[in-house]
Amino acid sequence: MEALKQELKVKIIDVLNLEDISKDDIQDSDPLFGDGLGLDSIDALELIVLLDKEYGIKLADPKQGKEIFQSIETMAAYISENRTK
Amino acid sequence: MYYISKYICIQQGKMWLNGSLYAESHYTEFGDLMKDFYKKFQINYPKFYKMDDLCKLAFIGSELLLKDENSKQIALLFSNSEASLDTDIKHQQSIQNVDAYYPSPAIFVYTLPNIAIGEVSIRHQLQTESCFFVADKLPVTHWIPYTNYLLQNHKAEKVVCAWVHKLGNNYEAFLYLVEKKGEIEQTEQNINELFK
Amino acid sequence: MRTKVAITGIGIISSIGKTVEENFHALVSKKSGISRLENFYSKHVNDIKVGEIKHTNEELASLLHLPLEHSYSRTFLLGAYAAKQAVISAQISDINELRTGLISSTSVGGMDLTEKHYKSYDAHPEYLPYIKSHHAGDSTQKIADYIGLKGFATTLSTACSSAANAIMMGATMVENGLLDRVIVGGTDALSKFTINGFKTLMILSDTDNTPFDQNRKGLNLGEAAAYLVLESEYIAQASGKKILAYISGYGNANDAFHQTASSENGEGAYLSMKKAFEKAQIQPSEIDYINAHGTATPNNDLSEGRALLRIFSSVPAFSSTKSYTGHTLAAAAAIEAVYSVLSLQENCIFPTLNFQTPMEEFHLIPATEVYYTPIEHVLSNSFGFGGNCSTLIFSKDL
Repeated sequence: MEALKQELKVKIIDVLNLEDISKDDIQDSDPLFGDGLGLDSIDALELIVLLDKEYGIKLADPKQGKEIFQSIETMAAYISENRTK
Repeated sequence: MYYISKYICIQQGKMWLNGSLYAESHYTEFGDLMKDFYKKFQINYPKFYKMDDLCKLAFIGSELLLKDENSKQIALLFSNSEASLDTDIKHQQSIQNVDAYYPSPAIFVYTLPNIAIGEVSIRHQLQTESCFFVADKLPVTHWIPYTNYLLQNHKAEKVVCAWVHKLGNNYEAFLYLVEKKGEIEQTEQNINELFK
Repeated sequence: MRTKVAITGIGIISSIGKTVEENFHALVSKKSGISRLENFYSKHVNDIKVGEIKHTNEELASLLHLPLEHSYSRTFLLGAYAAKQAVISAQISDINELRTGLISSTSVGGMDLTEKHYKSYDAHPEYLPYIKSHHAGDSTQKIADYIGLKGFATTLSTACSSAANAIMMGATMVENGLLDRVIVGGTDALSKFTINGFKTLMILSDTDNTPFDQNRKGLNLGEAAAYLVLESEYIAQASGKKILAYISGYGNANDAFHQTASSENGEGAYLSMKKAFEKAQIQPSEIDYINAHGTATPNNDLSEGRALLRIFSSVPAFSSTKSYTGHTLAAAAAIEAVYSVLSLQENCIFPTLNFQTPMEEFHLIPATEVYYTPIEHVLSNSFGFGGNCSTLIFSKDL
């Protein structure tokens, strides 16, 4: 699970163009949206594409993203349970 | 008569303000070049990194043009010859491969030229009138009457006219601010002279 | 003394008809134009519904009497068809006898053809002319050529508010004596580029769109073209031709919130409506019908609803005709302008199709039946990505 969390941090920084942040800046339980990393609705959609492309998980409803993308912790847990790649 | 109070040119790694060299970068790759100017001007706006190349160019140019402006009543008239083609191509590439089909929402968002206006509006909180023209070259014959109309009817206090061109390795930007007072008269001849 | 802006001609082609009469008939018969995609293949064909015009490019070219060997994109074909209708409707025999212009808008341009042949250009050099017809200005120039116009022509591209801005700009030029008359509007064809792009934004519905409904799932993309002929009132009256309606007000403002989402309290929409009222010098209470932007996305309808409640102390009858035609992007404001003119001429309010459950956030219920009542002023909203919000006010008399 640790390795997956680190991997997620690197991937998120790359996919969302978070150029002035390093993976050490992101804590596992930091909120990704709202006050945390300040991600927006388009970023949420990019994360949905990431789930599909890297882990083979297809989300039909963007609203599911709200729960899954709360933090690195919740993302890693969801991916571990549902990945097909 | 209205006047051009300020103008910016961005070409070949250089930025010119009112005809004088203002900043220079040795980077040739467009992304690195824009990032260099962003850092040189000590801008703190992380959303910059998500923008496509056309928006980055428009953003950097207007950052300098509107640097000391307090007015929020600034209308935006942008133009280029290729609309959002630079990013359209990137989007097309992402939907080309049937087996590895992963279109990016963040790229698609930028497949409209007027998003560049949106980014500048968000940055400077300008809720003014705006328009994007697609034209072969600098649409001075449209800009002048439209600008006069906006200022005469008090729809704006100032107007930014911006030619923002980015396609592949080619880019150039020419932006100028029109208002009641300034050094240069807003005439077709003067504007074409400044652009050269 | 500024001249008033009269509408003397209208032309339209959409998924509910290829003439003004056909469109009107569909609107009052509650006949939707939403269906499954047929004209080209898309992997999403079973996941989306569209407002597709059931004519192939070959059929359109034939209707326009164009030669078979051509590099005409669908965007141009639709645009030329509608523009020609508008010119005939305005009884124009010599298009260059007065200072006449064309202001057209598009978001797709020639994309429908360039994407079709994208992989083949190396092997098939005969497709290369299609690349030239890709850019947004090309369809405008070709439309100008088709209707024989030698004067002023320009292209706007501000996403879903494009045609409203074209109408605004045309009205301004006529008011200020820069042109005697102007043909204004927009055209957009369906393409894989837009279907795939909107799919990735997850705002497409897999069912018929349901504007202002609590359970709305998103928009249906559509294709269409529409143009209006605007003339200075003096010239229109001097010629004795029928004036269909007037453009009495317009406004444009930027939401300055996000690239694609609208602000929660609909600031941009509120401001564009406010500016339109200031220009028209009428009160919100004088509006008899609103043709809303109403795309049926969760975000737009909430934001627009809030803006309506802010500016109207009592919101008049409103509907979204996108429930019939889908969202036709750069053409949307133009076809909705034609519908606004029809509403004034026929004293008729058009319904929103598929509405079932009111939204929880406020009490706003769109018109769901065709309704005949005197109509003096109609307001039409069109909001584009990039925060570009535009409002037009059409009036029967001034």
